[in-house]
Amino acid sequence: MSFSPISRRLFLQSTAGAAAGLTLSRPAYAADLTVGIVYVGPRDDFGWNQAHAVAIKALKSVAGVKVVEEENVPETDACAKSMESMINLDGAGLILATSFGYYAPFMVDLAKKYPKVEFRHAAPLWNKDKDPKNAGSYFGYLNQAHYVDGVAAGLSTKSNKLGFVAAKPISSVLSNINSFMLGAKSVNKDAMVQVIFTGDWSLPVREAEATNALVDAGCDVITCHVDGPKVVVETAEKRGAKSCGHNASQAPLAPKGFITGAEYKWETIYKGFASALGKGATLSNFTSGGYEGDMVQNTAFGAGATEPAIKAATAAIADLKAKKPIYAGPLKDNKGKVVIDKTYDNLDPFLDKMDYLLEGVVGSIT
Amino acid sequence: MVSNAPAMTPSQATASKDTAARLWARSLRVNSEYLAIPLLALLAASLLFSVFLLLVGKSPVDFVSYVWQGGFGSAFSFQNSLQRSAPLILTALAVAMPARIGLTMIGGEGALVMGGFACAALAIPLVGIWPPWLVLIVMAIAAMAVGALWVGFAGYLRFAHGVNETISSLLLTYVGIAFMNFFVEGMLRDAANPNKPSTKQIGEAYMVGKIPGTEVHWGFIAGIVLSVLLYILMERTTFGFAARVTGGNMRAALMQGLPVSRLIIICCMIAGGCAGLAGYYEVAAIQGRANASLAAGYGFTGILVSFLARHNPLVIVPVAILFGGLVAAGGLIQRRMGMPDATVLVLQGLIFVVLLASETLYGRFAFFKDKMPEART
Repeated sequence: MSFSPISRRLFLQSTAGAAAGLTLSRPAYAADLTVGIVYVGPRDDFGWNQAHAVAIKALKSVAGVKVVEEENVPETDACAKSMESMINLDGAGLILATSFGYYAPFMVDLAKKYPKVEFRHAAPLWNKDKDPKNAGSYFGYLNQAHYVDGVAAGLSTKSNKLGFVAAKPISSVLSNINSFMLGAKSVNKDAMVQVIFTGDWSLPVREAEATNALVDAGCDVITCHVDGPKVVVETAEKRGAKSCGHNASQAPLAPKGFITGAEYKWETIYKGFASALGKGATLSNFTSGGYEGDMVQNTAFGAGATEPAIKAATAAIADLKAKKPIYAGPLKDNKGKVVIDKTYDNLDPFLDKMDYLLEGVVGSIT
Repeated sequence: MVSNAPAMTPSQATASKDTAARLWARSLRVNSEYLAIPLLALLAASLLFSVFLLLVGKSPVDFVSYVWQGGFGSAFSFQNSLQRSAPLILTALAVAMPARIGLTMIGGEGALVMGGFACAALAIPLVGIWPPWLVLIVMAIAAMAVGALWVGFAGYLRFAHGVNETISSLLLTYVGIAFMNFFVEGMLRDAANPNKPSTKQIGEAYMVGKIPGTEVHWGFIAGIVLSVLLYILMERTTFGFAARVTGGNMRAALMQGLPVSRLIIICCMIAGGCAGLAGYYEVAAIQGRANASLAAGYGFTGILVSFLARHNPLVIVPVAILFGGLVAAGGLIQRRMGMPDATVLVLQGLIFVVLLASETLYGRFAFFKDKMPEART
């Protein structure tokens, strides 16, 4: 085809020395730091990706920082090529990989290949013994915000039945469900949480079915942990149930029934990275926290939140900022076995290995 | 032959040389239709796309320059395009082979997933016991065999039971993906990877490397080799001739006594083998394990590539590289022009529609017609 002569020349050039070609193609930018961010889905998904995109918008306002974004990048070598293209063509000095499957082998291999570029990944995967020092992890303890959701939901329900639509029974999801239940129980002894697992991160049809099933079962507050909570919140609103959000703000989707939502505050982390790199400091390899570190937040209360709920939830936020533990042991799982022997600090690694639903949650992980 | 032939007079020699040259020129002119019309269609699609860009207030010139920069303009970008084209060549072959025999098989995605899954699963007990080269060979054979069976089954259903192959192969894709997910999330799940269900990593030592001096994996070379081999098979052998006759008119082929069922099954199995091999390279060269990321849509983009190449194995290679380049540049277009990632899909869609429409142009231009009066007298 028309470009074949050029392709041959480029092919030879590349075999002669890819490195030389790469340095030549790196353009100079006026900005001090270029941050490249890769999203697995659309930036306006009312969920995981939107939470990052909102923070990136805030990061763009920081002087000397330029951001390049790419959405809908699959977890194949396409993500490696996108990140590498940001480094080579845009001169990115910090890469933010926001989806689980970007980590290994893609981001780790790139970090080895580009030792001068910093790579950070939004899940607790970095291993200090195995992984390169210019790579790292960041994440927020969203279960703290789900605890606050639970407090508000526990005081906004009439049936005392709360519904939870969850993707997969993995530890971070289970911790959100358990924290939501403990939050509700802390203010309403009769509250119970019923959970339905859909099986995957994004299954809109099944999420709608699960929401309907929960409402049919008598739940009058619905929340969820799926990639895009849009369907769950909208379905709950349509059925006249109240809802709590997840990941990003879904308040506009439920003008009547929205209570509050568990949101990440990636902005704190991203601005922290940018200012550290701006000062020439080394980035920490592991950045994480909850309310005490200003890394999670709750959506502004909606019309579904009752007066007492708002008061109790606001107090719960203050408690969490003061590091009040959510998991005050001993606690039993919903089969009657003691699974949490004592009270654990909110960031204790013991809780990261959670593989049970606590007493008060109706549902099964198997 | 030369010794037996009567000596030619100089004028006869000139005449025959003249005829040969004219024949060559004629064949060039007639065949150039197959290049001119797609190029015209590409141009028309580009014009339409430019109108689209202008309507949304973006510059077509910027767009073209970013496609160049992101897809072809530097060693990195070009290798990016080649790498992305590698699975497309193989999945396009998986569409082209059945198409030549008259079947519209669109199940390459399923064969890719099943092939990739099969070889990743098979590798688990062998890693660490057998040497890497042997494991890789066994994996490749397994991937091709499973892919071949997958598409071959759709071909069998078509021939033996009259099941529409387009629908059955598409549905088989979902069966294949569900089958893989069932095992990846259950029996074969790697406990070390709790949040992204995958099979166990085969490990660095058991991976297919890159083509020396490049960033491109060997799947690209495999695609080119297979394209050439399958071109020869379809255009230069009796098997290919019989297959094409079947594709032209299955009834006539049956009347002629051609082994139609065998031809169909073989073509479908070759097709599935190609897609399975694409799955093998996804596992052995990229992911190192099987998981839901195997179903990344390469099988579906392959359909587009094959149709644009008019199911010609040799043409598939440049078309796949062009598509690889468009996808590679898609990222840069998002970043620099602030356009959504669907922009490149709009362009791909326009190219597809215009190219299909341009099919009606064949044979309409007198210039490309066979006009050798002396040949007709």
